Amino acid sequence: MKIILEKRIEHSRVMALLSPLLAIAITVVIGGIIFASLGLDPAEALYVYFVEPVTTLWSIEELIVKAAPLVLIGAGLAICYSANVWNIGAEGQLTIGALFGSAIPVYFTTWQSPLTLVVMLVLGGFGGALFAAIPAALKNRFGANEILTSLMLVYVAQLLLDWLVRGPWRDPQGYNFPQSVPFEGWQQLPLLGEGRVHIGAIFAVMAVIVLAIMMGRSLRGFEIRVVGNSPRAGAFAGFHQKRVVWFTFMLSGALAGLAGICEVAGPSGELQPSISPGYGFTAIIVAFLGRLNPIGVLFAGFLLAISYLGGEAAQVELGISDKTAQVFQGMLLFFILACDTMILYRIKIASGRSASAKA
Amino acid sequence: MGAFEAVILTIITASTPLLLAAIGELVTERAGVLNLGVEGMMIMGAVCGFAAAYTTGSPIFGVGAGLLGGVGMSLLFAFLTQTLMTSQVATGLALTLLGLGLSGLIGEAFTGLPGVKLGPIDIPFLIDLPFVGSILFGQDILVYFSFALVAIVTYMLFRTRTGLIINAVGGNHHSAHALGYDVVKVRYACIAFGGACSGLAGAYLSLVYTPQWIENMSSGRGWIALALVAFSSWLPRRVLVGAYLFGTVWIMGLYVQALGVAIPAQLLSSLPYLVTITALIMMSGDKTLTKVNTPACIGQPFAPER
Repeated sequence: MKIILEKRIEHSRVMALLSPLLAIAITVVIGGIIFASLGLDPAEALYVYFVEPVTTLWSIEELIVKAAPLVLIGAGLAICYSANVWNIGAEGQLTIGALFGSAIPVYFTTWQSPLTLVVMLVLGGFGGALFAAIPAALKNRFGANEILTSLMLVYVAQLLLDWLVRGPWRDPQGYNFPQSVPFEGWQQLPLLGEGRVHIGAIFAVMAVIVLAIMMGRSLRGFEIRVVGNSPRAGAFAGFHQKRVVWFTFMLSGALAGLAGICEVAGPSGELQPSISPGYGFTAIIVAFLGRLNPIGVLFAGFLLAISYLGGEAAQVELGISDKTAQVFQGMLLFFILACDTMILYRIKIASGRSASAKA
Repeated sequence: MGAFEAVILTIITASTPLLLAAIGELVTERAGVLNLGVEGMMIMGAVCGFAAAYTTGSPIFGVGAGLLGGVGMSLLFAFLTQTLMTSQVATGLALTLLGLGLSGLIGEAFTGLPGVKLGPIDIPFLIDLPFVGSILFGQDILVYFSFALVAIVTYMLFRTRTGLIINAVGGNHHSAHALGYDVVKVRYACIAFGGACSGLAGAYLSLVYTPQWIENMSSGRGWIALALVAFSSWLPRRVLVGAYLFGTVWIMGLYVQALGVAIPAQLLSSLPYLVTITALIMMSGDKTLTKVNTPACIGQPFAPER
């Protein structure tokens, strides 16, 4: 038996839409098999995992809280990856953004003004962009691989956060717990309604709309796509690859930083040694599942948020590890990539004999 | 044993996983494939190694299981990138994310359990030599193997027909194909070799370096190994030097901390990552060497029909 790929003359638009759905379906089927092998009723487990999170108002709100950072970061990464620029250090940019924004509550504890929160958010985005500028600069100036440098910086950022909350930024009244001072009411994001949803969700939607317009309608979006698809063609058009590297890195860094400060000024309300359950890495999957398209990212963010919530629910109700969520996320990315092959190729399975006869 | 010997011994244990993983990735990249999933393969090697050693009580079984865990992961990568022709960068990232998740799930049952340590194999008589005895001749099998591997891979790549084929496939896959070599098959084999080495590196972490299972215990070593390959401009002997350089930096932090120097522990812990970035910058100073040795087809998919 042999798998033969036949190149399509044109990209299959149908497959481009069908592939993520197919990938989700395969992930669910394999998930069911895993649950069955753990001795659980697969139907019940899958229900707890993927359906229950969207059945109650409480869980839908929680879903929005989790989806907001994923969409914010994922939308920025989608732009990066369309330009063939590989920022995989969003988790670090998120951390630094959170640190920059938190400088206000830590150092200017009593500054109470309508501007306080605005300054915090701007600082958050600025911090993320600044941190993302490091791998961009190293790539443009020295040709250093941005995948490796941006990833290494994640560890550096997390250690910096760890040092700050255990050292200089530790709450003096915090009984020696590694955490910053709790943010005051005016230093926290306003809530939408009664629940836990805060205005970070609106930022996410706004980012999606702005980026979708930029990619679809502006010269900058065109430049990014051309340079991503064919740097040579981009050069003939007068587009500078270096400029695209700068722009995409700092844009995605700023969004990750914004997500970071929204996370600490929203659900957490203080800095802790760990401020994100890996949003920066999960957002990579969100970007791919969303077809590197900002609108697609919006849907993908919700799906991945379901996997986080489902993981928590499964831990409580079924007594299985919440680490299954990470496995689902990893599998999903694998299957998306595999299914995407069908956009460019027709897959034919031939028996070994006929394949050699054809050759 | 003196303090100096103790330092050298810890440097060896810190360097060996880097060396093993980097040599494997070097062969993979020589064949023109960039596998960014080293971290994922390594962590799967660590968890499989620990699980097998704990269940059977035999560290050697652990080493074998670690190897198989790495190979299993690498074959997933090979199937996607070689058969389905997916993007190597994206698939490598997926492999790392999947490996980190899967290892956490498998390892949960083993968290906090006492590990089984892979003991040293003392070479009789030679171990009694002053100073160098315990350093050179009192190591475990994986340390000896890592040095042998550098020699074997160097010989294989530059002195044998197999090496020529691998370099041809990585240098120009269309020519290699025209000459009648099965590019995809060669790449499958090299990816699996890389997976085996990463798996061994992982097993070394959970059987020797810290003989227990800790989630995410590879802590970026897979990525550092990737940087090492580029840093050493795809030459095995330079990988050896680089791995020990990085291992030394890793350990130095711990010793400076133990000496009670007033530097934040977190700054010292971030040294290996900062040094990796510095190394990647320094590399750009050596353009000719990099250009000569970079496999020309690295990261490019190959479709035999065209």
